[in-house]
Amino acid sequence: MTDTQMAQAVPMTGIAEKVGAHLKRRHAAEQRFKAYGIASIILAVTFLAVLMTSIIGRGASAFVQSEMQLTVSFDGSVIDPDGTHTRAVLNAADYAALVRTSITSLFPETVDNRAAKRELMSLVSTGAEEVIRKMVINDPTLIGQTRTLWVPVAASVDQMIKGHMSRSAENGGQFSDRQLGWIDAMTAKGLIKTHFNTWLWTQGDSRQPELAGLWGAVVGSFFSLVITLLLSFPLGVATAIYLEEFAGENRWTDLIEVNINNLAAVPSIVFGLLALEMFLNVFGLPRSAPFVGGLALTLVSLPTIIIASRVALKAVPPWIREAALGLGASRLQMVIHHVLPLAMPGILTGTIIGMARAVGESAPLLMIGMVAFIVDIPATPMDPSTALPVQIYLWAASPERAFVERTSAAIIVLLLFLTCMNAGAIYLRKKFERRW
Amino acid sequence: MTTVASESYFQQNARQIQGGIKVSSEDVNVYYSEKHALKHVNLGINANEVTALIGPSGCGKSTYLRCLNRMNDLIEGARVTGKILLDGQDIYDRELDVVQLRARVGMVFQKPNPFPKSIFDNVAYGPRIHGLASTQSELEEIVLTSLEKAGLYNEVKDRMTEPGTGLSGGQQQRLCIARAIAVSPEVILMDEPCSALDPIATAKVEELIDELRENYTIVIVTHSMQQAARVSQRTAFFHLGDLIEYGDTEQIFTNPQHKLTQGYITGRFG
Repeated sequence: MTDTQMAQAVPMTGIAEKVGAHLKRRHAAEQRFKAYGIASIILAVTFLAVLMTSIIGRGASAFVQSEMQLTVSFDGSVIDPDGTHTRAVLNAADYAALVRTSITSLFPETVDNRAAKRELMSLVSTGAEEVIRKMVINDPTLIGQTRTLWVPVAASVDQMIKGHMSRSAENGGQFSDRQLGWIDAMTAKGLIKTHFNTWLWTQGDSRQPELAGLWGAVVGSFFSLVITLLLSFPLGVATAIYLEEFAGENRWTDLIEVNINNLAAVPSIVFGLLALEMFLNVFGLPRSAPFVGGLALTLVSLPTIIIASRVALKAVPPWIREAALGLGASRLQMVIHHVLPLAMPGILTGTIIGMARAVGESAPLLMIGMVAFIVDIPATPMDPSTALPVQIYLWAASPERAFVERTSAAIIVLLLFLTCMNAGAIYLRKKFERRW
Repeated sequence: MTTVASESYFQQNARQIQGGIKVSSEDVNVYYSEKHALKHVNLGINANEVTALIGPSGCGKSTYLRCLNRMNDLIEGARVTGKILLDGQDIYDRELDVVQLRARVGMVFQKPNPFPKSIFDNVAYGPRIHGLASTQSELEEIVLTSLEKAGLYNEVKDRMTEPGTGLSGGQQQRLCIARAIAVSPEVILMDEPCSALDPIATAKVEELIDELRENYTIVIVTHSMQQAARVSQRTAFFHLGDLIEYGDTEQIFTNPQHKLTQGYITGRFG
């Protein structure tokens, strides 16, 4: 068809009108799509804002803790009447008596009143005895001296001071007028103050909310993640490299690929069951250990890492491979020298997604016993421990009002943990990123 | 860094086999799965000459080129039959290590493909993996000599540590040529090396090809008939997987024996 014939068949003006009409529809569709996008972003940001305000609103107060100033005389006749200074004696001494003496001395009217004394004692946490015990064991020369120290108040007092609990008995308050009077008196004298909550950051779990800390869970999570990273990164990357660069395409590799893709979608509790059966029952590894937790989380994160690494390797342009092979590089040299460095940013992104999934995972850890109530901070990955998500689960299930704010605080810590990991990953990715 | 003091490395390694046949193919067939891409090709490539492979797209010229250093091995489902002899040795022999072959038969690709590394590292990569230099100064000498031979040294001497990918297209392609000759190959395969370059860069590369002929055997695939006429001594014309005609470039372009060749070089198809 020549140009003149074409012009006769379809008049130009008609085309312009058609295109114009169509253009309007196209613009409208584009505007609509933009609006959908903006709406969904607004929705997402709103949800995020609600989530963050509710968590921070609830949890922020857990980072401070009311403490009471006591002047304690380390009375040798109470602690160690025989003066032996042996550890067993120091450990078993009646430190509660010292606390009692100290606190009743502030309010002389309670000295001869057992009921009042008991009420007064209920204001101070049992952690006070722990504080004194530790001091004495660390330094027995304190016996016979007098020291001023800050000890935590009971959780209910703390909650009332923070305003989470009502003062008056009609509204569910737990304190008698007498107790309220003491609290007010001590606050007025500056003997009760809120300080940064060091217990939360240094202690393991406790039945007493005011003594409960996250450190055990943080260390447990850290150990688990180190194990997970050490195992799943090299294993995942090596698997991806083999499947992508070395294995030919045949029925076996297809089967493996399908299985790996399916594994990524398997509920994590299934991996927990596998870990329970394999690592605990068959291999006889210890229960509740972060090491085993790390193994279980490796199972969870491996498929993600393998899939992401394969995608990253696939994305390396083929001419890089050709250039290397054309120079006489072996396949391994091609991969190690050229393909892997270029794929590294993508691999790291995949790894961090896998690790982020692992750090938030609680189900597999429940199966291998990391849900146990553990007070001690684990010193090695083989010591019993919990992990952050499991600790959140445990605290959320605790009835005390003080655990509500601590649950939110633990969530904040977990989110911080994740943020730090992601920041590290972004830094590494930027560092490895190369243009070509 | 030392300046280029001597050519000894290249003099030692230059294999001057004047006039002889460097690469010969006997009944070479290539199949991509079911497709018969190259059919019964018999071709002898002379040493220290530039042999141009021309023909319309899909005629098998690149396929043939990639047989010569076994790059077709990388393609899933590709199968090569027949014999290709490099200095009389079958390169498809099971005993032969393909890594060693590719050190003897270098390749320059259509799209300039420097590694995302420094200019120095780009050229040094081949000598490094083949262990051609035992000391850093030896390596530097190889790199500088190669860059000089590729006509790039003066342009990049002050920026050896800058990324090779930051050069212009023509410079990148000459960097790739320098990278290929740093391994001191006997044969250099070029797969449309100028198709991504502007005319000035093309002229430089063509000039370079002509100079390199002195020390290397060069096989070049090109879509530009003028280029084939300018740089090559011998030309092979492929069509639909068949080698239609092969002879002196002058003869092919002035007096083609075959109807198809005539049609192609006069621009009636292709």
